Amino acid sequence: MEPHYSLFYTFHFYLFGVIALGSAIAFVTRRSPVAAALWLVNVMFSLAALFVMLDAEFIGVIQVLVYAGAIMVVFVFVIMLLNLGHPAELAQARGKWWKLAAGVVGLVLLAEIMVISRGGLPETLIVPAAENQQQLRELNPVGVVAKPLFNEYLLAFELTSVLLLVAIAGAVVLGRGRAVRAG
Amino acid sequence: MLAESLALTAALFTIGVIGVLTHRNAIIIFMCVELMLTAVNLTFVAFSRFYGAAGQVFVVFVMTVSAAEAAVGLAIIIAIFRHRQTINLQDINLLRG
Repeated sequence: MEPHYSLFYTFHFYLFGVIALGSAIAFVTRRSPVAAALWLVNVMFSLAALFVMLDAEFIGVIQVLVYAGAIMVVFVFVIMLLNLGHPAELAQARGKWWKLAAGVVGLVLLAEIMVISRGGLPETLIVPAAENQQQLRELNPVGVVAKPLFNEYLLAFELTSVLLLVAIAGAVVLGRGRAVRAG
Repeated sequence: MLAESLALTAALFTIGVIGVLTHRNAIIIFMCVELMLTAVNLTFVAFSRFYGAAGQVFVVFVMTVSAAEAAVGLAIIIAIFRHRQTINLQDINLLRG
């Protein structure tokens, strides 16, 4: 099923995978929110590189723009707004037993996902490989996303816009604060 | 590269879960949730290469939902901080009996 990959491709795939994994571990062990946010940006960038290598160029660009660009900037902005950088305000991580329990939960979850991903997909879900390759070849990277988005998934797309509107309204109402409400 | 992508997804998702369980800082916990969502996106992209391009459409939806979640969640965190002067989850125990 899988085509043959060149050594160049394989090397870079593993390189970005290792960068993502190392950055994620560095991210989760930081106590300072700013350092954690910057490590998470690193994870997002290497995942964008992996998306591009997996023939999803548009998703890779969107990953950099939305995740690394917009969402993480909002996170850093909130961290600075709340002025959380002082060592005295850094929350200590949970105690030894919590860490042990989290490790056990993580190991069980990891084993579970590995077992499930070895099972493979049901036959009915699989698009024939030739058809899929042809579809990817005929459309450009944006068209691959856009064509199904505005045909089969049009209703979901419209509902997404409602979701975004609700989120904007909710964020404004929650963030407005008490002073305005009283007046 | 499908097997490698799935293994990387599993590892990243597990790191996110462990982060949610071990941290007390609300913002870091939020970032761990974002990491989990992105890890799942990698699964969608890896499968879309072999099982049809519709997986990439779902990635767009996941990104939209996570953007909305980040906006509302951070607004809630700001509201809590304004109220309690802390975002340490240990100190936010209004519902504790």
